[in-house]
Amino acid sequence: MSGLVGLDASEIRRLVAAREASCEEVARAHLDRIAAVEPAVDAFLVVSPERALDRARRLDAALAAGAAAPPLAGVPVAVKDILHVGGLPTTCGSRILEGYRPPFAATAVERLEAAGAIVVGKTNMDEFAMGSSTEASAWKPTRNPWDRGRVPGGSSGGSAAAVAARMVPLALGSDTGGSIRQPAALCGVAGLKPTWGRVSRYGLVAYASSLDQAGPFARTVGDLALAAGALFGHDPLDSTSATEPVPDLARALEGSAKGLRVGVPWAFLLQGVEDETMARFRESLAALESAGASVSEVSLPHLPHAIAAYYLVATAEASSNLARYDGVRYGRRAPAARELRRLYGDSRDAGLGAEVKRRIILGTFALSSGYYDAYYLRAQKVRTLIRRDFERAFAACDVVATPTTPTPAFRLGEKTGDPLQMYLADIFTVPANLAGLPGLSLPCGLVRGLPVGLQLLARSFDEETLLRAGAAFQKATRHHELAPPV
Amino acid sequence: MPRVTAATVEHVARLARLSLTEEERETFARQLEEILAWAESLQALDVSDVPPMSHPRDGGALRDDEPREGLLRERVLEQAPEAANGLFRVPRVIGG
Repeated sequence: MSGLVGLDASEIRRLVAAREASCEEVARAHLDRIAAVEPAVDAFLVVSPERALDRARRLDAALAAGAAAPPLAGVPVAVKDILHVGGLPTTCGSRILEGYRPPFAATAVERLEAAGAIVVGKTNMDEFAMGSSTEASAWKPTRNPWDRGRVPGGSSGGSAAAVAARMVPLALGSDTGGSIRQPAALCGVAGLKPTWGRVSRYGLVAYASSLDQAGPFARTVGDLALAAGALFGHDPLDSTSATEPVPDLARALEGSAKGLRVGVPWAFLLQGVEDETMARFRESLAALESAGASVSEVSLPHLPHAIAAYYLVATAEASSNLARYDGVRYGRRAPAARELRRLYGDSRDAGLGAEVKRRIILGTFALSSGYYDAYYLRAQKVRTLIRRDFERAFAACDVVATPTTPTPAFRLGEKTGDPLQMYLADIFTVPANLAGLPGLSLPCGLVRGLPVGLQLLARSFDEETLLRAGAAFQKATRHHELAPPV
Repeated sequence: MPRVTAATVEHVARLARLSLTEEERETFARQLEEILAWAESLQALDVSDVPPMSHPRDGGALRDDEPREGLLRERVLEQAPEAANGLFRVPRVIGG
């Protein structure tokens, strides 16, 4: 493994800015690493060496001509296959988008590239981000770098595994119900789900629009802050992207946990966190306390209803968003359909996988005449109750802490036959999406050799506090330095 | 709780423009019933005075309605399974 591989994004940027390494050398080292370990991990759907090296050389030429090094100069980044990258295909892990080359690029990707990051490829995911294990990809499962017989989590499992296996220091994912935080936890890396609206959704393929949010994976909170600095901010191409000012996130890293009030919803946690995972969580709270934080109990009485509300709201929105895959404007069309309705039905039947169909059916049912009030509308009201729970909690604390998941990574195939069990794996992550809050997952130790995560949630648009707490936790612990055996 | 049968799934699938095989209809009916039974806990909550939340924004997201450049037609049509004369091509829907 080259000395350039395994470095943090901030270290790579420093070397490139000091002209101690060229962007091309950095890109080549990471492409070599990908070639070496990808067969064991299957994190990528596409690796794009020519595009990466071309961009790297152009940035090197600009730096040689005296240009200032941008904040992510030369940093290799992997992009979840749900975000459009100029010149590369997007499949969203689905056969129905096989061969699709988007005629535009995602704002999130363009911002990272404008900040000097070098895209090396697109990563595997559950089809249309619907899943918690990356097994619902139409193409292949991704393996957990800590144990190849286990899932990396999902739906952004490829991005999490790529960062964990040192193929890239930075990756982009998206989080609708935990799809950044849950795989980050199960692969032992850091993941940030920003406040809904913080990062433009332009060029992010829609699953559930009121919940979807793109965000970064890295190994350190410092690198997450670096990426967030490039990603955050209003985009005229996404009118729902927030106009709230973006704070100086680098400053957050210098703060300490002194005076930080951590709230823990014990009543909710005590029903179903595996013992060892709970032990790592308690140790994490102790680490935060030793760094100067105070920990107290908060009440979030409606959280037990979050999974039910989430799966009704998310699938209802999905059933509407995925109506566009009809074989007419892009993607695959069922051949030889002579009648329009058959063309829609046959194209969708052949192009969409079982989990996507299941969610479209559930969502269409929740929206259908006679059931709308009892399911979709009621779920939206429960969403209000959950948001109010958090508003009350944040009057008494600055961050809410939970384990990111109830257990470490499960085995490949363990839950594919039982969708409800798979949905329950998201129990601690979906509340943040329902309420629109920012959330962070950080490695907090191993359970039987497998990583688990500490989840921190903060008030809307208060990523600064979240990153400050996260940086303080990483100063007090060394879990993020552990590397998987690949 | 409503009983979810293969016929319910068939009706919903038609609304969603999915055909589904007989086996899929039966599997989905069973799984849907299981998921809805689990979601039954929502029915016990008193939400009579609670407004629904459609998204996390407090205000609207309106912008001025000003014309601007869109995507290039040729680039968009390049992605179509079938296109002709600057249009998407589909099977005939009117007349015979």
